Amino acid sequence: MTEFLQSLIRGLGSGSIYALLALGFVIIYKSTRVISFAQPAFMLAGAVLVSYLAAEVGFFVAVPVAAVLIAVLALGVERTVLRPMIGKPVFVVAIITIGVDVVVRVVTNAFIGLDVRQVGDPWGLSTVVLLGVEVQQRYLVMFGTTVAVVAVLFSFFRFSRVGLAMRAVAYDQEVALAQGISVGSVFALSWAIAGGLAALAGVFVATGAGVDQQLWVIALKALPAIILGGLDSLGGAVVGGLAVGVVESLVGTYQGDVAPWLGPNFALVAPYVLMLVVLLVRPYGLFGSKEVERL
Amino acid sequence: MKGRPELYTSYAQDTAFLNTRPKRTWTGALLVVALLMPFAVTDDLLMLLATGFVAAIGAIGLNIVTGYAGQVSLGHAFFLAIGAYTGAALSGDPDGRVLGFGVTSLPVWLLASGLVAGLAGLIVAPLAVRLRGLYLAIVTLGLVFLGEHIFREWTSLTGGPGVGRPAAVPELFGVRLDRASALFTGPQQLYLLMFVLLVIFAVLARNLVRSRIGRAFAAVRDRDLAAAVIGVDLARYKALAFAVSSFYAGVAGSLLFVVNGFFDPGSFGLLLSVQYIAMVLIGGAGTISGAIMGALFITLLPRITRELPTVLPFISADATGAVTVFQVEAVLYGLLIVVFLIVEPRGLFGIWVRVRNYWRTWPFSY
Repeated sequence: MTEFLQSLIRGLGSGSIYALLALGFVIIYKSTRVISFAQPAFMLAGAVLVSYLAAEVGFFVAVPVAAVLIAVLALGVERTVLRPMIGKPVFVVAIITIGVDVVVRVVTNAFIGLDVRQVGDPWGLSTVVLLGVEVQQRYLVMFGTTVAVVAVLFSFFRFSRVGLAMRAVAYDQEVALAQGISVGSVFALSWAIAGGLAALAGVFVATGAGVDQQLWVIALKALPAIILGGLDSLGGAVVGGLAVGVVESLVGTYQGDVAPWLGPNFALVAPYVLMLVVLLVRPYGLFGSKEVERL
Repeated sequence: MKGRPELYTSYAQDTAFLNTRPKRTWTGALLVVALLMPFAVTDDLLMLLATGFVAAIGAIGLNIVTGYAGQVSLGHAFFLAIGAYTGAALSGDPDGRVLGFGVTSLPVWLLASGLVAGLAGLIVAPLAVRLRGLYLAIVTLGLVFLGEHIFREWTSLTGGPGVGRPAAVPELFGVRLDRASALFTGPQQLYLLMFVLLVIFAVLARNLVRSRIGRAFAAVRDRDLAAAVIGVDLARYKALAFAVSSFYAGVAGSLLFVVNGFFDPGSFGLLLSVQYIAMVLIGGAGTISGAIMGALFITLLPRITRELPTVLPFISADATGAVTVFQVEAVLYGLLIVVFLIVEPRGLFGIWVRVRNYWRTWPFSY
């Protein structure tokens, strides 16, 4: 039982990383109808930025500053590279974001070098005993922060004027434009939010492990999460992210005993198997809305 | 119609294989140049070109499913891997360290690799029938990760990561084509082999896409619901597109490492898929010649960037300097895709069309 609970909390912790990334994907998708494959690069850049800033101003100042800076970077990318592509086929734009991803990542890698950089977080690998179960503090922090961020984000969309504008754009861009909403700034804002979320996720990935050039691979796990939850559902992104984290962690704990023939690293690809299974049953994910087709 | 070569009086004429006279002459000229190449170019460049031809077969395959039938597949690396391992296992040494059946005859393992990969494509196809657009792209991406895992763990077949296994043995009628013979060197023979195979598969693909099936693909790409309404069986044609594309990927995969002779499971990652997407997009989606141009361009690109340090001294040739060749190469991939998609969405093929149209009416072009 202890093993199960530990595994579950580990899953929720890493799942909250995926959830933050998935939220970024979904926010961009909802407003611009494009999947941004640049998220991994922003995540990496966020973690690297914190690893430099934390030495100067401390971890807790560095994280929000880095998130804001990455948000500005994402906004700049949207403004310069993506804005001219409005109206082009979604696939073309998606490929362009892969191009952006490669460029940003290579530039960021130059700042990492060959060593692992530390982000200077106060938790590291230290543990705490919670209800008789020993768990790592960092997973609790990740989960807690994510819950808070999600709450703030959802209330922002629900109650603020800007959030209302974003929901309107997600619903119908032309109608939103007719109501006096600047669709362009909503696009930019959604990229900025996604960039900030990615930076935060990057810091979480780096806590306890450090930043190296392979960190970005983690961000690809958000892809099964968004497909699982449904591309256009914010709640689905959170649920999908947590589900991917938990499945990955539980498979990692038990698959070695139950099904050793699947190979030692099966946990890493388990989210994709989960995604395939769910999609065969529900082609638009768990919470995604079915596309309305007209001739 | 003598003297009026561009006046078509029948549909068959319009959709003919090479429907204009310039196309016939230029294709002929290109064929001759390509066949004379082995006698004019050094062996290492020939090997690179041979790899480019193989990549072109794979790119044509991706172009059939993505460019013609409009089903975005990021899973091409998975099918390439299936082809590569089928070919390598069939022709491998039966007493070797890794799985091998000793069937070294090239036509046999080539077709077998294509068929096994095509079958895998057919198995994946039901997903494509149910899913559309970005959902499909990400699911096919998932295939790449699953494939990577399987091939990493299945060490008796693949030799395991970092170790690898020998590639398929190119033996035709009892002659090892990768070894020098009385007339040619090994690279020259491989170059000619790959070139002949590319021509065969390009002609087959061209014939497929200008047939009834090709028109059905285009209808599915342009608006699948409308295609269904006019009587195109969506499930059937999407499955067919995936099967044909995977067949091409399997063939290309089995040949891809013949030139190098060795490969490991790490070769079939996301990067490979993105490279093939880049070939199709930079070359020009929905054209056979574009796919070939794109594949040659992407294959030759590393060679060009390796030359950069001699021109731009601030780029260092090894991995030590501040700006290395490898970084420039990676950035160049991204930038090229972005620049092409923004400036010339029809790719190299589009540039060629513009050049052609300029000279067609020269000196009265505007």
